[in-house]
Parts: sequence; C-alpha cells; structure tokens
Amino acid sequence: MHLSRAKADPRDPAALPRLLLTVLAIVLLWPGLVLTEFKPATLVESRNLDVFARFLAGFWPPDLSSDFLRLLGRATLETLAMATAGLALALLLAVPLSLLCSRALSVSALLTGRPAWLADMLRYPARLLLILLRSIPEIVWALLFVRAVGLGPTAGVLAIAITYSGMLGKVYAEIYESVDQRPARALLQAGSSRLAAFCYGILPTAAQELTSYTLYRWECAVRASVIMGFVGAGGLGQMIDLSIRMFAGGEVVTILLTFLLLVLAADQLSSLLRRRLA
Amino acid sequence: MSIRLDGVGLTHANGYQALQQIDLSIVSGERVAIIGPSGAGKTSLLRLLGTGLMPSAGQLQLLGEQPATLRGRALRRLRARIGLIHQSPPLPPRQRVVTAVLAGRLGQWSLLRALVSLCYPLDAAGARAALEPLDLEDKLFTRCDQLSGGQLQRVGIARVLYQQADLLLADEPVSAMDPVLAEHTLGLLSQLAERRKLTLVASLHAVDLALRHFPRVIGLRDGRVLFDLPAAEVSQTHLAQLYVNDSLTGHTPPLPSAESAQAEQAPRRCT
Repeated sequence: MHLSRAKADPRDPAALPRLLLTVLAIVLLWPGLVLTEFKPATLVESRNLDVFARFLAGFWPPDLSSDFLRLLGRATLETLAMATAGLALALLLAVPLSLLCSRALSVSALLTGRPAWLADMLRYPARLLLILLRSIPEIVWALLFVRAVGLGPTAGVLAIAITYSGMLGKVYAEIYESVDQRPARALLQAGSSRLAAFCYGILPTAAQELTSYTLYRWECAVRASVIMGFVGAGGLGQMIDLSIRMFAGGEVVTILLTFLLLVLAADQLSSLLRRRLA
Repeated sequence: MSIRLDGVGLTHANGYQALQQIDLSIVSGERVAIIGPSGAGKTSLLRLLGTGLMPSAGQLQLLGEQPATLRGRALRRLRARIGLIHQSPPLPPRQRVVTAVLAGRLGQWSLLRALVSLCYPLDAAGARAALEPLDLEDKLFTRCDQLSGGQLQRVGIARVLYQQADLLLADEPVSAMDPVLAEHTLGLLSQLAERRKLTLVASLHAVDLALRHFPRVIGLRDGRVLFDLPAAEVSQTHLAQLYVNDSLTGHTPPLPSAESAQAEQAPRRCT
C-alpha cells in the first residue's frame, strides 16, 4: 500500500536535504544569539527608552550655521577624496591580482576542459595574497598607519587601499568566472593573447556587474573612511567623533544627514551607470 | 597539404574512445563536409583540427605544423591561422558587430593595438569589407544582441573571414537555423571559401546540404571513417550504411568534451 503510493506520487528528492540544511542553519545560529546576549526585550525597557529619548532629543534641530556648514563641506570633501583615492589605489592592485587568480583565462582549459593543476597551484599564491589583504580590517590598518604616517587622511587612504584591493580582487575574479566563458575561449582558440581575450570576450559581459560592485565598494569606502576618522584619519569621522564628545546633537544629526545624501548619491550614480551599460 | 591525419585516435579523459585509426588528407583549397549520426565523433574531429584537443594516438599535421609538439607562442601562431565557426556564435551580447569582427585578428595584433581598437575601432573599413559579402555591412555599429540568430552566425563567419585564416572549420554551422536560412548561409560560406581558395571543413547534420554544397563528403561512424568520396559518388547505400539502426540503438554516447567542459562550469560556481 505504502509502496504503491510512493510510486504514484514520488516525493521531491531535494526535500529532505533542504529540511536538514534549514535545521542545521537554525542549530548553528542559535548559539550565536546566545553568545551575543541578544535580548530584544532590553530595547523596550522603560529605563533604556528614557536614555534613548534624552539622547535623541538633543539631536534636534540640526545645526545649520554657516561656520559649521563650511567645516562640514571641507570634511565631506576630505572623506570623499579619501574613499576615492583609496579605491583607486586598491584597483591598481586588485585588477592584476584578479586576472592572475581567475580561472576564466586558463589556456590549458582549452585542451582538457579544466585548468592544469600546475597553473592552479600558481594561481593559489595570488588568491592567498588577496585573502591576506582583506583579512585584516581597515580600522586596524588605519590605527597602524596613523602611527606610521601621522594623523590625517593619508592613513585612511592606505588602509582602504589595502583592505579593498583584497575584496575587489576576490569578487572581480569571481565575476569573470561567472559570465559566459565561450566568447573568451573562442578568442583564445583563435590565437588571441589572454589579456586581449579578456578585454574582448569577458569584459563586455562583465562590465555592468563590475561597475555596480565597484560603486557599491566605493559607497562602503565612504562609510569606512568615516569610521577611520574616529581613530584620527580625518574627514567626517573625526568631525562626528568631536561632536559626540561635545554632546552637540545638532551637529551630529547634520553630519548623519550628509551621510544619507552621500549614500543616496552613490546609489543614484550606480543605477545610472548600470542603465547606461545595460 | 592543409591537413594530414595518420592513424589518429582520440580517447577522452573519461575513457570514451571518440576517434580511432583515422587516416585523412585534405589539400589546401578543398571543401569537405563531415556527416554521420550523433556521437560519431564529428565534433571531436573538428576540435582536433582546431587544436582544441590533441590526438591520443597517431600523427596530426595542420598547415605544415604538428600541433602536439607546439607550445606557447608557436601554438598561438598556428591557432591564429585556423578559423572556427561555432554552432552558436560565441559573441558577447553587449559587444558591437564591428568589435566582434575585429576580434578575429587578436591573434595577429599586439596587445596595445587590441586595447586601442577596443576603445576606437582602428580598422572599421576592414570589418565592413568582411561583412559586405554577408550583406551585413549596414549592421557595423549595431550591438550583437539586436541581431537575429542567422545574422549572428553570419557575423561569426565575417569574423573568421577577417581573421584571414588559412583553414576554416565549421561545427554544425547551420543546425540552429530554419531550412531556408541554413541553405542560404551554407551556400554563402561554401562560395566564399571557394572564391578565396580557403580550405573548409564543416560537420553537418543535414545530408542533403552536405551533398549540395561540398565537393567532398566524409562519412563518420563510431569514430571511424566509413567513406570518403566526392559528393557525386555518395549513394543511398552509403548513407543507409552510415545511419543504419541509428534510431534503434539504445546507447547514448557520452557528451563530446565541448559540452562537458561547459557543463562542469556550472557546479563549480555553486560550491
């Protein structure tokens, strides 16, 4: 009876693995919540709510005095410059490394369908370097460089350049591998060099995703440069640090609104470029 | 002598014997069609001729070179002389036709020239000249994703013409087209090869197309050459022998490596 029923209506063979994976995910996540002492109830305790209310009350109205705005403008430019310069330096390192460690341009894969193991071994150091670059958080690099090159945006630029080259390189390499490989393979098959095959075969398809990811990283770099301001790397971060210390809530809120505008602008730019490249 | 195979055999990595004991010579300027049932080894033979695979037995000579002995730059130089026309033209959808055609000569250009040409097409006139016999010269600055399948295939042919290859290989060039378009495109390809004295080797599903457009036809079955005759001498008996029991055989041959290389791409991405 049971057998014949199973025959008539076969169960989805993927159902059990999916269920097990879900259970596994919950089992793994639960200790995380316990470990971080995550208790949402503390948020709505009346004492804590009171603290919040007093803190937020100081935030209004935003400080719009011309002196402060002039300072803010300067700090914003500094932050933008830090993020952009850091990202540009990161690209210098990320692009060659991503090309080195991507399997998309393997010539030996033409013959056997998969890259030769020796070439894979050579790709590994590049991959390792990318891991090394991004494994140390930018804030640690910033602390290090603030000591080495002194207070100021230079430390932030270097910190962003190092960490972000690791992130960009890794994701770029994966993007190259995720697009259709046939155009590049056909070009390699016709005797093209790898770099030319990359530019003519992979770049046209990957351009949109690469641009969008790079812009997203730029947005992240803006935020990161703000955080690094707290450790003395200049820009908006240093400013918000000072304002918080002086309990100048109006200033803090103006700076936060500036962040909002910056991220909004980055988002608009990203969608504009995506549409252009579509 | 354009192509010469002496006792060539090919065993895929999974142990499947795709080709055995192939003796073949094709002189330069010849136009040859390869026909045979699925799994007969047509694609494997073409990939062998395109240096996409190396023979596991015997000797293969291409354009006076032995690809199996070549490495690096020399192999690239040989590859630049062989033009491959794919079943579905591998053109990036966002690329413009002019760039796609100019990409044909990447094997001959310096990297600098290739990069400059990517920003500003340096030889648009050359690309136009390659597109002209294919009635596509007005599509020079159109993006590839705005072309129909038949037009794309002709862009693929234009690229190979622009490449100025000595040997043209076409793997099922018209199998994705309707009969009228297939007839037209194959006729065009054959004509162009004849006019420019290019060696053309094409694998085809459709026997009538092969007999109509190619002076020489090779029948391939189970990895062996069953017949190798002028088109006029290919008889019904030959064809019956070539396709005998084709619909009845239960065994499905393993995928040719081209597809399996593509297929193994997917799971790797998921992990």
